[in-house]
Amino acid sequence: MEGSMADFLGIHGTALAVREQRLQLLAANIANADTPHYKAQDLDFNGALNAALAAQRGGPLEQGNAISTAATNAHYLRPSSQPSLDGNTVDGDRENAAFAQASLEYRASLSFVEAKVRGMLTAITGQ
Amino acid sequence: MSNLPIFDVAGSAMNAQSVRLSTVASNMANADSVSGDPNTVYRAKQPIFTTEQVGNNPALQGVRATQVLDSQAQPIKRYEPGHPLADGNGYVYAPDIDPVAQMVDLISASRSYQANVEVFNSAKETALATLNMGR
Repeated sequence: MEGSMADFLGIHGTALAVREQRLQLLAANIANADTPHYKAQDLDFNGALNAALAAQRGGPLEQGNAISTAATNAHYLRPSSQPSLDGNTVDGDRENAAFAQASLEYRASLSFVEAKVRGMLTAITGQ
Repeated sequence: MSNLPIFDVAGSAMNAQSVRLSTVASNMANADSVSGDPNTVYRAKQPIFTTEQVGNNPALQGVRATQVLDSQAQPIKRYEPGHPLADGNGYVYAPDIDPVAQMVDLISASRSYQANVEVFNSAKETALATLNMGR
């Protein structure tokens, strides 16, 4: 059943989970804006999504791990736009903007998933 | 619904920034606390931030004010023989606190705190929207 539900949601279910992973990383960047030697991190969304989708074709049991593994593999350290004395590479304004955008993208993916769920509910209840 | 780590990360940062706000408040409040003994005069406090892993994902780093260190700056020696706390030679000692630097620190800490509150709120809205899916 799990596998067929994931098939039904298509790319959107996986995209939602990958977007959530990226939101977490951006939140960590904002939290560490004043921590010495902290390096800003980010996620290559395309790479993570493709890797997660490819792993899921392997079998339904792998799904939970596939997303976090793909997200971990797509990590990279984002270079700083300007040097800082304490070795921190977080740019506050840029992080805030990135978080706002990522949050909006999450909502977009969420509404795609929601539309699918509503369609399924209509099919089940017939109303 | 596993985006709860965001709350831990943003919460840890709010906690650390509030420690920083408190130390700035303490420094500003004691900027004029003089003493007759250079060893007992107030010393400016500064919190040290370090990353702290949240949950079991090593990439997800929160922040923690691990310790609050005293400034190494020498107290300022002032000749005020009429001061009730003056030592035998007529000197009083005041902490070397730069109010401008403290204000800059205060504003920076306050902005960072606000940024984390924003993260917290939008994570909350996102989580609620996810919970209400299909309703």
